[in-house]
This record gives sequence, structure tokens and C-alpha cells, in this order.
Amino acid sequence: MLDCTPKEIKERSGGVINPAKTCQPIGAMYAALGIRNCLPHSHGSQGCCAYHRSHLTRHFREPIMATTSSFTEGASVFGGGGNLKTAIKNVFAIYNPDVMAIHTTCLSETIGDDIPTIIKSAEIPEGKLVIHANTPSYQGSHVTGFSNMTKAMVSYLAEATSETKKEQVNIIPGFVNPGDMREIKRLVTKMSIKFIMFPDTSGVLDSPMTGKFVMYPGGGARVEEIRDSGNSMLTVALGAYASSDAAHLLERKCNVPAMTLKTPIGIKATDEFLMTLRGKFVREVPYALEEERGQLVDAMIDLHHQFHGKKVAIFGDPDIVIGLTEFVLSLGMRPVHVLTGTPGGTLGGPQDIFEKEITEMLAKAGIEGRVKAAGDLFELHQWIKNDPVDLLIGNTYGKYIARAEDIPLVRVGFPILDRGMHHYMPIVGYRGAMRLVEMISNALLDRRERDAADEDVELVM
Amino acid sequence: MERCDDMSTVNLLKDQLVEERKSFIVVKGRQKNQLKCEADSIAGCVSQRACVYCGARVVLNPVTDAIHLVHGPIGCASYTWDIRGSLSSGSELYRNSFSTDLKENDVIFGSEKKLARAIDELVEKYNAGLVFVYSTCVVGVIGDDLEAVCRAAAKKHGIEVIPVQSSGFIGNKSAGYRAACDALLRLIELPAGKLPGRTAGSGGRSVNYLGDFNLAGEAWIITNYLKSMGVDVNVVFTGDATHQSLKKAATASLNIMQCAGSMAYLARRMEELYGIPYLKVSFLGLEDTSASLRKIAAAFKDPEMMRRAEELIARETAGVRPVIEQYREKLRGKKAAIYVGGGFKAISLVKQFREIGIDVVMVGTQTGREEEYQTLHDIADDGTVILDDANPSELEKFMLEKGAHLLVGGVKERPLAYKLGVAFIDHNHDRKHPLSGFVGAINFAREVYSTVCSPVWKYTRGMGGVLHAQE
Repeated sequence: MLDCTPKEIKERSGGVINPAKTCQPIGAMYAALGIRNCLPHSHGSQGCCAYHRSHLTRHFREPIMATTSSFTEGASVFGGGGNLKTAIKNVFAIYNPDVMAIHTTCLSETIGDDIPTIIKSAEIPEGKLVIHANTPSYQGSHVTGFSNMTKAMVSYLAEATSETKKEQVNIIPGFVNPGDMREIKRLVTKMSIKFIMFPDTSGVLDSPMTGKFVMYPGGGARVEEIRDSGNSMLTVALGAYASSDAAHLLERKCNVPAMTLKTPIGIKATDEFLMTLRGKFVREVPYALEEERGQLVDAMIDLHHQFHGKKVAIFGDPDIVIGLTEFVLSLGMRPVHVLTGTPGGTLGGPQDIFEKEITEMLAKAGIEGRVKAAGDLFELHQWIKNDPVDLLIGNTYGKYIARAEDIPLVRVGFPILDRGMHHYMPIVGYRGAMRLVEMISNALLDRRERDAADEDVELVM
Repeated sequence: MERCDDMSTVNLLKDQLVEERKSFIVVKGRQKNQLKCEADSIAGCVSQRACVYCGARVVLNPVTDAIHLVHGPIGCASYTWDIRGSLSSGSELYRNSFSTDLKENDVIFGSEKKLARAIDELVEKYNAGLVFVYSTCVVGVIGDDLEAVCRAAAKKHGIEVIPVQSSGFIGNKSAGYRAACDALLRLIELPAGKLPGRTAGSGGRSVNYLGDFNLAGEAWIITNYLKSMGVDVNVVFTGDATHQSLKKAATASLNIMQCAGSMAYLARRMEELYGIPYLKVSFLGLEDTSASLRKIAAAFKDPEMMRRAEELIARETAGVRPVIEQYREKLRGKKAAIYVGGGFKAISLVKQFREIGIDVVMVGTQTGREEEYQTLHDIADDGTVILDDANPSELEKFMLEKGAHLLVGGVKERPLAYKLGVAFIDHNHDRKHPLSGFVGAINFAREVYSTVCSPVWKYTRGMGGVLHAQE
């Protein structure tokens, strides 16, 4: 399929070929599913909602519930206010969520619907909440959309009601799988620290089979918890791109100090996460976690000769890719191509963190590599053609490059459309790092065996 | 699961559904009123429907050697990147994702120049003779002159650059089918000299096959059947089609049309413009496949062709029947629910389920048309729930009420069925085996069997109870 990708790299200005990102609304929809009993609502044409639901369904293999304003030509000319008011009425009448979380689309943004005004004039049943985020598809990426909806949770819900801050931490997990959110909660619980996580899609998008379909499977951050996040003594935003905006807003709104850390992928980032909690809340790291860390180090040592010097290309969402890059460096691998489709900066958000952080990591490790934000997979493929790698790490869309260049692919990130289980199994924390070690080492060894001549196949590797 | 009587279903309609939705649902044998369809979805519903762009993209995407350039912000291109299993015998260009990736400035100041640059860059790289430029919502609102940009680019590069008017808000998926057909019509060349003899059988033996997207290679299977009857397939709309093959569409003497929902407009227009008559066919299930092959042979009024058709049907059926019978034994008494995109597919599925001994208890579509619903009503058993543009809660209610063991649907319906402990087969983009023709009938039965009779369902119910009982 990628036979035509030329090796010669030329400047392009007419858009992207094989994107490494998608649009804001899907991120907002995913974040909103991390509120308990919340129904995301897409204010735009019904195609947007259908595409987001299909895409999320393929990744999570779970029913994705969301409603749409079903724009028609009339709505696009005269504004979507009427559609949204009808939608608000119907959503509560039919689906009865506690919260309706509206996100916009490129269409409703371009025609300029003023969502807060429309919400104000809509009939909302007593005790029910409507929140909204502006998520124009022509800015940022799905990660930006996730960040914007998380911000909306703060702006609509968080309140500082107590005189003194409570000894509890807000954790904003970022655009990660429910399995990762569970793992982060487990780590904080093991540290014996009270926490509020939002959004939290565990229990929503990894819900068990019960023989029943429920609109709201019971997981997710409770509204009262998000309210109470204004009373916490600290917010830890995991991942600058997906989480830090909400943390900073919470700092401005409710005076809760914000700290942005890396998504805890790999040993260093997990250490930083736990040591931050240890320092801020004066807790000992329990032996159980020391043990996990020790096991991870043990595994890294056991298998380190397989990793050393191996060249790897990594692509995906910026927060995830930053963590992965740091971790493969600690395994002795050489991440020579690192790319995200998400643009470097967003309006009022972090600027160029991705390129800066990765470049620094590579410089420190003495590795010359290519780094790019707002890139696409066509370009990544060209890089790989010019400087081949032993391994590709990224989402499902990496499979075309992997096939064209005959390199193994380790599937990490969003979306993964062609394998199961990934949304249950964490990549964060020490346990997650062990899983990454397993996936990477298996991929490299499977490839070595596949390519080995009969006489070179070894029993013990 | 308890099977509820039909009155309770009707009562359920009264109790639990939003008022506006009631007219979109009927229970056969219980209501006199006509089912409402072909209407816009209600704002605030969890509709399973998609948009104009989706419809257009679905129809055009299988054109293998075209550059499919999505003009808009990134999402529309991302979500449609290689999601359909349309197979190609040649170029794989169509499996890439091309987007103008519009940014805020493009939306404010217009994006015509960026579009022109995108076309230039892509044509230079991929050396394609055909570019489809899909308009998306934003482009429709900011008013880029797509026609002008495409015309200029076509002239500049000496290729065809066809705009597809598929802004999401201008209608539903059906409007997208029409936009795609309009784009296809622009490609078709008037054959030199006089038009071929336009009554089937009086001239050539070639047909166009409309409404097969070659999912899992289905169009190839049908093409081979037709070949063995002495009929050449001129071009398939649009499975495994190419720029050049589409251009000569007007040289065929008959159009056979499977997916009427997407292709009826094209068939009608080709009849008006080129005098090519069309036949409705369906290659889903033994009954429809055999009937369709006979119908085609009859249209050519050729006894030899008829003989070869009968020979083919006899041979294939003899191979397939015993296998189907085996599955029929195993599946006896099972009940199915159907929720698919178009009406034609739903109709064929009802018949196909009957062939394997399964009763259909619920059938619905996203975009079925009135006459299709009439047919569904005619062939359905009493008590079958028939519904248009259903939402997940409705699907759930009726599947449970009716005790369905299996749901046929698309990507969004799969996990819903699984959560209910109901088996599932994909009859949409994600199908992995051909479900058309005689071989498809076996695949269909096998797939139904492998999901309905999987041991995994044994573990779904009464978890707490079972475990406690063992204590």
C-alpha cells in the first residue's frame, strides 16, 4: 500500500498524508465518558457522532453512548440553537443522565453557535447538569479535545468550599486507557493517599459482562468528587498536553496548586510520580511498590542485551510518546524517529513541549534523531526509509509502515483497532512498564526467530 | 430469556419511547399504521446513522486508483482511513488517507489555495489520473468554490479532478450516496458512435454491476458466476473499480443493481442518459442468488445463457445445500435480530436466515426506503418488530423482548449485542468473509453458527449465583 512513498523528503504545505492524529471532538467525547452517569453530546452533523462512536467502539470494544444535534441545512444557516435545545430536552427525557456534556464540532464552531447562551435558555430538569467544551476540529487534535473537556469539568463543576485544603490529591490521568487509570488509582491507593481522579473511564469502558446493557455502567468520576476537587491540596496533571490545562484552571479558580508530570510510563516517570506524592503527602512508599519496582528492574536487567542499541521509531499522542521515549532510552534502545501528529502548541496551552523534551532526552543520551510535532505518517515512513529501524512503536496505523519496511510493530496508544485486550492492560506504572518490556522483547525475539535459518534457531534465548 | 407476547411490545412502545419515535416502529400483524422512514433523525437521540460525507465516501472509496482527498479539518479523513474491506486487484492508493487538514486560518480566510496545493502535491507524488475531492461541513459553510479549484487543477495536470458535494449537514447518508453517484456520472464517457443496443440481449453480453463494494472479494465471486453464464462484467460500481474502467461504463448493455439504497439514482440516470436498462438483484443467500442469476439470463433472452445459469445454480446448490442443512439442524429454533444500513440488505437477510432455520424477530435499517419497508413487512412473520433509524435502547428492548440469540449489524452494534449476551455477526465494513453468492451462503451459516453456538455464552449469566451455588 505504501509502495509509492518516495525516499526523498520534500516540504509539503497542502495538508497531511496518513494522519497521526484526529479531531478534537472524539477526545472530548472520551473524556466526558469519564464522568459517572454522563452522556456526551456532539453538537454538529450526525456523522461526527457516528464516526466518533464507531472509532471508540473499535478501540475499546465497548458500547459508546453519545447523542447528536443532527444538524440539517437549516441549522447550518440559522444556527444550531434550536437543535441543541431540542436535544437537551430529549436527552434528559429519554436517557436521563446526571450530566450532559456537550462538545462542539467544526461546523457549529464555524457558524458560531454560542453554547453557554443556548444552555441558559434551555429547559434542564432539576438536579441535572449540562456542561460544554468548545472543541473546534481545526485546532489541535483529539488530545486537545480531551484536554478541553477536562477543563470544562473544572470550570463547570469544581468549587472551593472549605476554608483549608483537604489532604487529598486530584489526579488528571490524561488520554490513556481505562486499564491505565485503574493502575494509577491502584498506585495512589497503595500510597495511602486520598484522591480524586477525573476523568476516569475505568468501570465505564472496561465494564464487565453482566448480561445486561446499561447506558451508564457505574464507573467514572462522580460529580461530587469533581466538585470537591476544588478543596484538594494538590492537582497532579499527568501529561502536559492532555491534563495540564485543567490543572492550571483549577489552580486559578480554586487555588489548588498544580503540578504537571509526565504520564507515568516507564521506570523514571513512575518514580517521579510516586516520589512527588511521597514528598507532598509525607508518605512512605510501601514495600509492595518497592517490590514491583524491583521486579521491573530485574526484568530490565534479565533482558537488557536484547534491547541495547536497537533502533526504534515511536509515534502517537505526545504525552504517551514522551513517556515511551524516556523508557526505551532507559532500556538502552535508540529512538531515532519520534513523531506526533498533535501540533506543538495550543491556544493558551503548552508550546512546543514535545519537541523540546524529546530533543533534550536524545541529546542527553547522545542520540541523533528526528523529532517532530504536527507530523504525519507519510513523513515518518520517509524517515524510516532514510534511516531504517529495528522496531516501530505506535498505534494500529503503524501496521502499513511495518509491513512496507518489514519491521515489527508494538501496538501502544490510540487507536488500536486490530488487537484486543489493550484497554484492560496498563502501560503505566511499574507493572505497565513490565508489560512494555514483555511486548518489546517478544516482538524483537519473534522477529529474530522468524528470520533465522533453521540451524540458527536456538531453544534458549 | 422469556419471550414476551406482542401486546407487551406494543405497550412498551407506548410507555418507554419518546413520542416522536413511535411512528418509526411497527409490529407486524398488530398495527395498521404505515411505518415512517426517510426522515431526519431527532436531535438528542443516540442515532446509529451517519452523514452525507459518510455515504459519499462509502460509495466512492472502493475506486482503487483514485486519490481520495478529504477537504476539511482532519477528523473526516482520519475516521475513514481504510476502514472498509473493499479489496483491490491492482492499485492500493485508495487505502491511504489524504486530508487538507484545515486549520483556523484556513477556515477564516478560505481554503481554496491550500486545496490547490494539496492536489498539486498529491498528483506529483502518486501519478494518479483521478482525484475525488470530498467537501466536508466546514467547506460547505465557508463557501470554497470547489468546482473552480477542481477545474483549474484538472486543467493544470491534465487529469480528472471531481468535486464531491458531501458536506455533512446537507442531508443524511442517502444524500451522500447521491453525491457520489453524481461524481461517478461525471466520469462516464459517452461511447463513440451510436449507443449500444439498449434492450438487453439485442447487443453485447456485458453488464455493469452496481452496488457491490467488493468487501472480502464479493464482487469477484459474482463476476465469476456471470462469466460462467457467458456474461461479462464491464465495471463494478464500485468494488475494485478503476478510473479507466468507470469511464467505459456506458458501453454495457444492462445494469444489474444490488445495493439499491446507494445505487438506484445512478441506475436511473444511466437509463436516462445512455438508455441502459437496469435490473434489481441480490446475491445474498441461495434463494436470492439463484433468482438473480435467472433474472439476468432471462433479461438477455438467451436460451443458452439460461441453460448455463441453471447448470451453475444446480452445481453450486448441490455443493452448498448439504452444508447448509447441517447448520440448519444445529441452529433450529434460534432467533435473530437485524439492524443494517440499507433496506435491500435487510430483505435478503430475512430470507437468508429462513434458509438456515432461524426466525427473524426484529428488523431495522438506518436508511431503508418506503417500498423496502413494505417488502420487509410482507415477508416478515407476524409479531416481527420493524423499525427505522433505531437507537441502542430500542435495539436492546426489542432484542430482549423478542428473545433474540443473534444480532446482525455494524461496528456500533457489536458491543451492544455482546453486553446483552447476544451473539453477533458483522454484515457491514468489518465483515471478514465474503457473504455473497453460494459460497457466501456457507460462510454466512458458518459465521452464524460459530458465534451463536460458541461456548463463551455459557459463562455470561448468573455469575454470582453460579459461584455461590458451588460454595
